[in-house]
Amino acid sequence: MPKDSGIGASSKRREDVRFLTGAGQYTDDINIHGQAYVHFLRSSIAHGRLNGVDTSTAETMPGVVRIFTGSDFEGVGGLPCGWQVTDRHGEPMQEPAHPVLAQGKVRHVGDPIAAIIADSPSQAIDAAEAIVVDLEELPAVVDMKEAVKNGATKVHDDLTSNLCYDWGFVEENKDAVGEAFEQAAHVTTLELVNQRLVANPMEPRVAIGNYNRANDESTLYTTSQNPHVIRLLMGAFVLGIPEHKLRVVAPDVGGGFGTKIFHYAEEAFCTFAARQINRAVKWTCSRSEAFMSDAHGRDHVTKIELALDADNNFTAIRTDTLANMGAYLSTFAPSVPTWLHGTLMAGNYKTPLIYVNVKAVFTNTVAVDAYRGAGRPEATFQLERLIDKTARELGVDPIALRRQNFITKFPYATPVAVEYDTGDYVATMDKLEQIADLSGFEARRKKSEADGQLRGLGINCYIEACGIAPSALVGQLGARAGLYDAATVRVNATGTISVMVGAHSHGQGHETSFPQVVAEMLGIDEGMIDIVHGDSSKIPFGMGTYGSRSIAVCGSAMVRATEKIITKAKKIASHLLEASEADIELKDGQFNVIGTDKSCAWGDVTLAAYVPHNYPLEEIEPGLEETAFYDPSNFTYPAGAYACEVEVDPATGKVTIERFSAADDFGNVINPMIVSGQVHGGIGQGIGQALLEHGIYDENGQLLSGSYMDYAMPRASDVPFFEVDHSCQTPCTHNPLGVKGCGEAGAIGTPPAVVNAVIDALHSGGHTHVTHIDMPVSPSRVWSAING
Amino acid sequence: MTTITMTVNGQLSSREVEGRTLLVDFLRNGLNLTGTHVGCDTSQCGACTVHVNGRAVKSCTMFAAEADGSCVQTIEGQSNVDGSLNVIQQAFQDNHGLQCGFCTPGMVMAAAELLKNNPKPSEADIRHHLEGNICRCTGYHNIVKSIMAASGQNFSAIAAE
Amino acid sequence: MYNFEFVKPLSVADAVSALSDDGAQALGGGQTLIPTMKQRLASPDILVSLANIVEMRGVKHFSGNVTIGGATTHEAVAAADAFAGLTTLAGNIGDPAVRNRGTIGGSLANNDPAACYPAAALATGATITTNSRDIAADDYFQGMFTTALEEGEIITSVTMPIPEASNYQKFDQPASRFALVGVFVAKYAEGVRVAVTGASEDGVFRWSEAEVALSANFSADAIANLSLDASGMIKDLHGSKEYRANLVKVLTGRAVGLAS
Repeated sequence: MPKDSGIGASSKRREDVRFLTGAGQYTDDINIHGQAYVHFLRSSIAHGRLNGVDTSTAETMPGVVRIFTGSDFEGVGGLPCGWQVTDRHGEPMQEPAHPVLAQGKVRHVGDPIAAIIADSPSQAIDAAEAIVVDLEELPAVVDMKEAVKNGATKVHDDLTSNLCYDWGFVEENKDAVGEAFEQAAHVTTLELVNQRLVANPMEPRVAIGNYNRANDESTLYTTSQNPHVIRLLMGAFVLGIPEHKLRVVAPDVGGGFGTKIFHYAEEAFCTFAARQINRAVKWTCSRSEAFMSDAHGRDHVTKIELALDADNNFTAIRTDTLANMGAYLSTFAPSVPTWLHGTLMAGNYKTPLIYVNVKAVFTNTVAVDAYRGAGRPEATFQLERLIDKTARELGVDPIALRRQNFITKFPYATPVAVEYDTGDYVATMDKLEQIADLSGFEARRKKSEADGQLRGLGINCYIEACGIAPSALVGQLGARAGLYDAATVRVNATGTISVMVGAHSHGQGHETSFPQVVAEMLGIDEGMIDIVHGDSSKIPFGMGTYGSRSIAVCGSAMVRATEKIITKAKKIASHLLEASEADIELKDGQFNVIGTDKSCAWGDVTLAAYVPHNYPLEEIEPGLEETAFYDPSNFTYPAGAYACEVEVDPATGKVTIERFSAADDFGNVINPMIVSGQVHGGIGQGIGQALLEHGIYDENGQLLSGSYMDYAMPRASDVPFFEVDHSCQTPCTHNPLGVKGCGEAGAIGTPPAVVNAVIDALHSGGHTHVTHIDMPVSPSRVWSAING
Repeated sequence: MTTITMTVNGQLSSREVEGRTLLVDFLRNGLNLTGTHVGCDTSQCGACTVHVNGRAVKSCTMFAAEADGSCVQTIEGQSNVDGSLNVIQQAFQDNHGLQCGFCTPGMVMAAAELLKNNPKPSEADIRHHLEGNICRCTGYHNIVKSIMAASGQNFSAIAAE
Repeated sequence: MYNFEFVKPLSVADAVSALSDDGAQALGGGQTLIPTMKQRLASPDILVSLANIVEMRGVKHFSGNVTIGGATTHEAVAAADAFAGLTTLAGNIGDPAVRNRGTIGGSLANNDPAACYPAAALATGATITTNSRDIAADDYFQGMFTTALEEGEIITSVTMPIPEASNYQKFDQPASRFALVGVFVAKYAEGVRVAVTGASEDGVFRWSEAEVALSANFSADAIANLSLDASGMIKDLHGSKEYRANLVKVLTGRAVGLAS
C-alpha cells in the first residue's frame, strides 16, 4: 500500500495552490515604493575596444535619474569566480577580471556598457538610444580551435593566451593509458560536439536593489537558486558590504536549471546603485536580453577513444576536450568541464585506466557555466555514444556490451578519483528492458517500416555524482567555498514547526517533501510543518539548490536538527512524565514511557518548552529550536538506464520520439510523485538538447538563435508520454536518509539514448555510413547525413 | 493617455493608459493582477495567456486599448466562488502538472479554452493545443495528464496504448 | 516600444482616412507587428486598428468562391471550413492564441516569406481586394515582405476560387513554428496550381514545372522525376538550400496524395 503521508508518500504539493491561483510571488511581482528602473545598454558587437561613452545628451532626457558606466565601478570589485582549477603543470588557471560594467573592452554581444536609471522602463530605454559609444571593433574569437592557436586574437589582453587552463586527469595515468591503447585488440574513436545550450527557465531574471539609510542595510531581491551564496559573493568580493548589512531574498523563482546559481552583474549593479541614488532600483530582463546575459551551458568539442581487449572488456578511455568558457569566468564555470565531468568518465563501467584532458578556452561569447547536469551530461554523452559505436563496429549487442563491463561490486573506486558507494546497474537495466518492452521492439519496427518510417532503439546508461559536495574534497579540487548546508527546526509553543532551510525551491517541491521527512520523524501531521527558504535574514545559512543536492545535503541537515529536537523534547518529556530519559520513546506524536501507560502529547512537551512553569531549568534551557549544519562525506551516485525509440522520416529527416523509458536508482525516495516529475522534466530538456536546441554563433560572434524565433524550445507536441520507474533503490550509505538526488538524471541520461536511437534507425534503413550526427539532430542534419 | 474600461474577472476596471500599454502591463501594473506572467518577447511562451471575450490571447501581444470594452478573465478569476480550486486547477494539483509555477497560469487558461470547445480532447488534441505554451519543468507529461483528468478521461488507459 | 496614438475606426472609410496621416500604420491582429514594435524596429506615430470594422470580418461563399474579410482571424477561417487546404492551413498557423488574434489581411499585407497564407492565396489564384482595387495574387506578391499594396491601402477582403481538391503541407521551423517550407496544392478544372512558402529568397512562389506535370497527371508520381533548383532557396540555421528544395518536392508529393 502506498503511504498517504511521511517519507514515501506522494503528498500533493502545497505550493501548487498559490501558483494555480495567481498568488505566487515572483521577483517581478515585487514593487517598492518610489522604485526607479534600470536598462542596460549592451554591446551589439562581440569584441571591441571601448574608447569612450558619452552620456551627456542622455542625461538630460526626461525621467533620467542617473547613468553609470564602467568608470563608476573602478573602485569596486569585479564579479568573482568561485572555483580555481590547477592545470596539468601545477599552475593555477588564468583568471581574467570581470567588471560589473565593461571597462576598456567589450567581449561579447550583450556585455553591459552603461546602465541607465530612469523613472520608467521606457524612459531608460529612450535615454540609452541617446548614448554615444566610441567602440573600435576587433576581430571576434568564436571558434575554440582557432582561439587556442598561436597568435590568435586575445579576448583578454592581459592574459598570455585564450587558454584558461590545460587540465589532465589523472595526469599520472597518462602514460599507462597510452600503453593500454597500444596493446588494445580494438579501439573505437569518436569526435563529437556537445552543443551550447541556453537554460531558459521560463521566468527571466529580475533584480531589485534597495537601501535603507536608517540602518545602512542593503536588500537585494533576486531570481536566485542560492541567496546566501549571492550575499557572500556580492557582499564580500564585489561591493564590500558586510553580511549583517546585506539581505538577499529569492522569493518564488520560476525555474533555475543552473543558470540562476551564479552571481550576475545586474544583481551587484542594482544593489550598488540603490545606495548611490537612495532609491530602489529594479531590473526586469526580457527574454531577448536573457539570451545574451544569462550564462549558457555545455559547449564542448571532444575526441574520445575506447580501448578493448580481445574479449570486449574495456581497458582504457582517453578523451580530449575543448570547453568553452565564453568571455568571462562565470561563478562555477571552471569546475564544470573538470571536476563535474572528468570524475564521471568511468560511467557505469569497470574501465581500469582513464585519462581526461580538458582545455578551457576564452571566446567572445556569453559565459558558459553549469546547466542541468553540468559536466555529467557531457561525460555521459561521450561515453555512451562511444560504447554504441563500439558495439556496432564489433557487431555485438549494445546492451550485452554494457552489461559485460558493468561495475558490480560496491564500494567501487574509479580511476578518476571518486568512490561509488552503492548501485545495481544490472537491476536498472533489467527493469528498463521490462518497462520499455524491448522484446516488442522488432514488431514495432516492422510496423514503422510498413509506414515508410525507420524505427530505431537507443539505450543509454548513466551515473552522476550528486549531493554536492564534501567540502574537504572539493576544497582540494579548487572550490573556494564549502558545500555543506544548514537547517533550523523551530518548534513553536503549540507544536507547529517552521524549518528554515538553506536549500531553495524553484520547482522541486521542497515545501511539500521536506515536511514529509520531519513529520515522519516526529509522528505528527505534515500540515503542522512549514518550510522557510529563500531569505538570508530568516535562515542561518545555506549553499542553495543545484547539483541534485537539496534533499541529500540540506535534507540531511534538517534530519540532524530534528534529531536534536527529539533529544531535547525527550528530556522535557522525561521530566513531565517523571521517568528516566532512556525510557522515553516518541511514537505517532506521543511521548511514551516504555512499558507503562504513561504518556504525554507532542503539544504538551512543546508548550512546556515555552511556558516553563514545570521545567528542569537547571538542566536545560527553555525553548525548542535547533540548528544543524551537514557536510556530506562523499557524493551520492544516482544511476540508471534509459531507452528511446524513434521514428525517422527518411524523406524529410524528421525524428519523432515514439517511446521513452527511464529506470533510475535514486536510493530512497521521499515523494515518488515529485521524483517522477523531476525525471519527466529532465527527459524533456534532454530531448530538447538531442533534437532541438542550439545556442549558435556566427563567425562574428552574433548569436543566431537569440530568441524563441530561432532557439527551439521543446513543445508538448515534441514529446510523448514517458515511462519512468524508480523502484530499483540502493540507498546511499553515508547520509541519514539514504537518498541520492533526482533533479538532473533525466537531462543526463536522455541525449545519448535519443541519438543512439536515431543512428540505429538509419542503420536499419541501410544508411550504414552514418556513424554519428551532432546534436541537435535536426531534420536537416539527418537528411544531410542520409544523403551525404 | 486615454482612459479604457474593461471587465476583469467580473469587475469593471478603468485606468489611463498610453497607446503602447500592453494588456499584460495593464493587468500586472494597473490592476496588480500579477498571476499573468511575461516569459518572452516574441509571442511564443504563452505565460501571459488570458481570455478576452472568452478567447485565449497572449496579453503581451495585444494592446490594452484593443481590449477596451472587453471581458477579460485571468488566472486570479478561475477558482470556484468559494475560493476552492476549479476542476482544471485541481487536476493540475492532483497530477503534479506544475513545478516552478511560472508557466502555469497560461497553461490553465489555455486548457480552459480547449475544454470549453473540446470537452474530451485526445492526447494529440491537447499537445496541439499547447503549441503556444512553453513549460521548461515538466516535460509536459503531467500537464497533458492533468488536462485529460480535468476532462474526466482515464489517463492510464490512453498512455498504455 | 515607442509610444503612439491608438485609433480604432469603425469603417473602412474612416480607417483609410486615419491612415492618410503621416506615420500612421494599420494594425491587424498585431501578432507580428507588436513583437516588431517591442524591438523598436517599427515606430508608427499612429496605430490604426482594423479590428472593429465589422464589414471586414467574416467568411462568405458565393458561386464557387469564398470571400474572407481582411480582419477575419485565422481561427474564424479554420472554423468556417471553406475548403480542405484552407482549413488545415488556418488551423495550424502559430498557436491557438495567435489564431484568435491574427488576421488574413495582416498576414498577406506583411508577406513574411515563411507565412502560410501567401501560399493559399497564390495557389488558389486569389483576388486581393483593397479599399481601392482588386489585385490578382499573381501580381500581388513581389518578394519577401513586399507586396503591390500602396501606402495606406487596406486589404478589405480576399476571394479564393474553391478548388476541386486541395491540401496544405507545412513543415514546421522547429523554433518559431512558421513554415520552414509550406506547399499548397490546389486542383481546378483548368489545371493545378502549386504555391510554396518558406523556401525561396524571393518569398512565396509558384512551382510551375510541378503545376504542368500535375495538371497532366494529378499524382505524386508525376513529380517524381522533377527537381527544384536549390540556388534561390533560403539557407539558415534550420536548413540548407538543398534541404529546402528537397522539402518542397516531398511536401508537394504528400499534398497531392492527401488532397481532398
